[in-house]
Parts: sequence; structure tokens; C-alpha cells
Amino acid sequence: MTKSRYPAFPYIVFMAIFIVIPLIMVAYFAFTTNTGEFTIQNIIRVGDYVPVIIKSLFLAFVATVICLGLGYPFAYIMSRKTSNIRRTMFMLIMLPMWMNFLLRTYSWMTILENNGLLNRFLGIFGIGPFEMINTQGAVVLGMVYDYLPFMIVPLYTVMMKMDHSLVQAAQDLGADPFQVFTHVILPQTMQGIKTGITMVFVPSVSTFVISRMLGGGSELMVGDLIEMQFGSNNYNPNLGSAISLVLMIIVLICMSVMNQFDSDNIDKEGRIAI
Amino acid sequence: MENSTIISLKDIVVEFDGESVLRHINLDIRNHEFVTLLGPSGCGKTTTLRIIGGFVNPKSGDVFFDGKRINDLPPYKREVNTVFQKYALFPNLNVYENIAFGLRLKKVPDEEIRERVFEMLDLVNMRGYERRDVNLLSGGQQQRVAIARALINKPQVLLLDEPLGALDLKLRKEMQIELKKIQRETKITFIYVTHDQEEALTMSDTVIVMRDGEIQQIGTPIDIYNEPINAFVADFIGESNIIDGIMKKDYLVNFAGRDFDCVDFGFAENENVDVVIRPEDIKISEPEKGQIHGKVESIIFKGVHYEIVVIDTNGFNWKIHSTLYEEPGREVGLSVIPDDIHIMHKMAEEEK
Ligand SMILES: Nc1ncnc2c1ncn2[C@@H]1O[C@H](COP(=O)(O)OP(=O)(O)OP(=O)(O)O)[C@@H](O)[C@H]1O
Ligand SMILES: [Mg+2]
Repeated sequence: MTKSRYPAFPYIVFMAIFIVIPLIMVAYFAFTTNTGEFTIQNIIRVGDYVPVIIKSLFLAFVATVICLGLGYPFAYIMSRKTSNIRRTMFMLIMLPMWMNFLLRTYSWMTILENNGLLNRFLGIFGIGPFEMINTQGAVVLGMVYDYLPFMIVPLYTVMMKMDHSLVQAAQDLGADPFQVFTHVILPQTMQGIKTGITMVFVPSVSTFVISRMLGGGSELMVGDLIEMQFGSNNYNPNLGSAISLVLMIIVLICMSVMNQFDSDNIDKEGRIAI
Repeated sequence: MENSTIISLKDIVVEFDGESVLRHINLDIRNHEFVTLLGPSGCGKTTTLRIIGGFVNPKSGDVFFDGKRINDLPPYKREVNTVFQKYALFPNLNVYENIAFGLRLKKVPDEEIRERVFEMLDLVNMRGYERRDVNLLSGGQQQRVAIARALINKPQVLLLDEPLGALDLKLRKEMQIELKKIQRETKITFIYVTHDQEEALTMSDTVIVMRDGEIQQIGTPIDIYNEPINAFVADFIGESNIIDGIMKKDYLVNFAGRDFDCVDFGFAENENVDVVIRPEDIKISEPEKGQIHGKVESIIFKGVHYEIVVIDTNGFNWKIHSTLYEEPGREVGLSVIPDDIHIMHKMAEEEK
């Protein structure tokens, strides 16, 4: 035991400097005025933005569900292919991620604009133009596009490790294809689902670039709100910290509810009661 | 209809990547029988079970269950359960739920499940382990859970793929007796895979010896041991001395440099044959009293008997089992009675 303590030391220092201290500072700012006195005024003011927070949670939720719906079958199919095809598919998913985030989102702007690529293309057939940019749909699309790999990668990882002899064992014991899915595949991929949801939901909730570029000014999200508090004209780091803190707590609650949901499904006998 | 055929394979051919794994397998398995597939590693035993279980589709040939062709029936609709070679227990479920799995799918009431699971736990000697995480069980314990999980469904046919492979000798013997008892009591048809010939001989009603995707011989354990159809079966079922010989005429064979009386007939005159003699059928005597002369090369204590190697004057190594010690280097005579000389047709050259 004593041996392993020394190598861990640099990481503990690292974590203290880059994780714990910033967290404490956020909390400190959230509970002080700009002159440094204690107050809960900032937290109370967060109440004014409840609709924005709810909308952000909702859009992030929709994006996460879509990512799961698209990513799960994709990851499954990919995991069942031969290694060459797998590698190619994996590359194709990762490729957009090598492009700058802003650029990726910007390209969606040019596609979705009122006289953008898509509307012009549809115009050839005399359809449209449609109002696509500056809608919630566009924001969700942007989130799905940007964060889908974060869903696929953890799912793919658990699916690659999945034991397919268990599928046969279940079939042998009389499980039809649906029961095979609920009793064998789903439990074995649950960890990947949880990781994927977390990795998509958390950045989606607090995104601000996507909502600004694809949602215009009209679809303000909580990420934009926080960013504005640190912007030039109405600089208010205390309020910004308070919103961040509240958001963080909400996300934490969401995540623990999700984990709760999973263990609730295991009854006294240790059975998954799906 | 005590002995009606329950499973029948007709001219089954299986290929993987162009490599033929089963070549024209024909097989009838009678109801309530304990049948063992025996053969060296890679000969296609597991593949044969998977054909019956529905996990492999034959390239050609038909599978019949109770007279009905079931080639296109998916595994979950077949009244067959399998104890897999690699257990394949569900890691997210505990011992109890693994065993209960099949009954849960059939929506059997909890009370009955409970009763039957505990019955099974008693049967496989795992009472008290029901809450255990299956990942933390030893190989032998996992194997017993796998047996219970398949058996609880009371299938018509149970496929067991080397179900005792991971057990130590003592537990294996116990489980052999236990499985045999279960089979006798439940009357479930057991199709059992092993490459342990002793296990096959002691447990089975019928033994099927396979080699390279072909059936070599089907028979009762006694038939197979006493009347092996060729040198491969003879060698695989227990140890054997296999020596080249020439069938002079009916009841007379020449090997090891002299003629021997034997009980076999119906061979071509001067046909080249394999002569098979079991190590326990050779008697060691004074040099002048034996039919074959040789010198003791080595002796190893094997528990019940010594395994003695004698090199004869032609340089052939004879394997002999004897309860008496012989000093290495000693000149000895070997003799064998006509009943214990088994003559086999030479296997075709390509089969070797
Ligand atoms: N899915 C598969 N794809 C390709 N080849 C396979 C496959 N399954 C089995 N084989 C090959 O078929 C042959 C027979 O395999 P099988 O598993 O039936 O042997 P076995 O008699 O059960 O051997 P063991 O005693 O080692 O379990 C082997 O050469 C094996 O490599
Ligand atoms: Mg096998």
C-alpha cells in the first residue's frame, strides 16, 4: 500500500489545482457580491432564468434521446462487422471530430440558412423555402451532430466486449429475439448507455456556441446565459457562478436519478426486472 | 414406444470457410438414451451439438426431431437445452437467477420457480450458493450452475458439451454418477460430448466415436471396447498396441515375425491388416515360454498397474499393463491368446 502512494501524489496535486480549487472558487463567487460580502442574492436571481434552464434541459434531453436512438443500433451493427469494416466505420465517425468545432457548426449554418444549400436544393424541385435556421430543431440537430460520437464510442466499447455466447445461451433457454435483447444485450450494454448519456447530455445542456449559431439570438440556452455574465457589457461573474452552480447541481441530480433507475430495476433476487 | 427415435441427422454436411467440418453425418438417437460423442479435439463434436441445438445451419442434410424436420426452427423454439462447453452463464445475474432464467421466460409463477431452483441446487450440490455472484464462482461451480440451468427446463433432449471438463477427478466422478442418476430418473435423452474415453465408456448406453468430421463407429461401450472397427477406434478407446500384420488365411495372422492363431476370418488372402492388442491382454513370462521375445525397456508405476514397455527382436515397442514388477533390461517372453488378437482392415491411406 505504501508503495502506491508516491506515484499517486502528482495526480492528487493536479486534481487539487485544476478541479477542486476551481470548484471552490465557483462556489465562493456564487455566494458573494462583487465586493466580496456573503449573499444568497445571486442564487435567488437564478430563479428568473428557470424557463431558460428548463428549455436547455429539455433540448439536451431530446438530443440525448436521438443520439441514443441513432447510436445504439449503429454501434451494435458496427461491433458485429469484421475488423476491417469496423475500422473504416470508426474512422468515419471520428473524422468530423478532427474538424474544428466552430467550423463544423458553422457549416450547418450555411446548409440550413434561408438561402442556404438545403433550401436552394429543395428550390430546384419547387419545394420550400423552409424556416430551418434559428429554430429549436436546428439547435438539436447541431447537438446531435456534434455529440453523436460521444454516444457511439462508449456503446461500441461495451458491445465489443459483449459475450455473444450469452445470446446463444438465452436462445437455448427459450428467449425470443426481443427477450434476448432485454435480458442479455441490454444489461450487458447498460454501462455504455449510461456513459454515453452522460457524455452527450452534460455538454449539450451547457452548450452555447451551437445555440447561438443555429438558434440565432432567439433560442437562448443556459450556456449562453452563463457566457453572457462573463462577456464585456454586463459583466457579472457572481451571477454567472451562481447559474453554473445551480446547473451543476441539476445535472448531478439528473445523473444520480439515472443511476438510481438502474439499480431500482434489480429486485431482491438480483434480477433485472425489465 | 420406449425406444423410438427422437433425433435423427441425415447426411449432414457442415463447412466453415470452405473447410469441411462434418462430412455426411448420419445418426439416429433413441429416446431416453445416454449417448456420448467421443473423439479427439477438433473432430466436430461441438459442431454436431450445435446442429441439433440450431446454432449452426448445415450446408446440406436434414435434422429431424420426433419425426419432424426442424432445419428451419430457430433455437428458442427447439425442445432442447444445452450445457455449453464454456458455461455461458449470465454475468449480471446471480446463481439463483441464472438457474431460474428459462422458467422466468416461460412466466412460471415465483413459488414454483423457487421450489424448482432449490431442487436443482440440491441436485448439483450448490445449496447455499444461490445469492452468489456467478463471476466469483470456481470453474467447477460454474459448470454445475450451467448444468442446473439447462436441466431445470426438463427438456426432451439435453446436450452436454464436456460438462465436467473443469472438475477435479473426485468431483468429476461424483458428478458422473449424479448425471447418470439424473438421466435415469428423468428419462431425458442425454447427448454428451467428451474426449475422455473412460467417461464415455462408464456413462453411456451408446458411444459414437468421431474423427475428422466423420463417424467411425456407433455401439455400446462394450462393443466399442471389445470390437473396435479400426485401429483408430481401438487406439482412442483405451490404449492399444497396433502392429502391421498379414492375414495368411482365415484364423491365421502373421505379425512380429511369426504366425498366430486368431478368431478373425473373412479377409482376403495375404491382406495387409492392423493387429490390435490391448496392453492388459499381453502376458509376460520367461523368454523361452513366450511367443515373442524382447527386452524390458522401461517401467512406470501407474497406480493400479505398471506400464511396461518391451522392445521385441524386430524393434517394435509393446505397451503392457501388469501388476507385477519387471526389471528394466531383463529378457522376457510375451504371449497373447487368440481371443485378444483383434484384426482390423487397414484404414485407407488418406484417412490416416
Ligand atoms: N464458427 C466456426 N468458424 C470456423 N471454424 C469453426 C467454427 N466452429 C468450429 N470450427 C472448426 O470446426 C472444427 C470442429 O470444431 P468443433 O468445435 O466441433 O470441435 P470439437 O470436436 O468440439 O473439439 P473440442 O474437443 O476441442 O471441443 C475445428 O477445426 C474448428 O476449428
Ligand atoms: Mg468442443
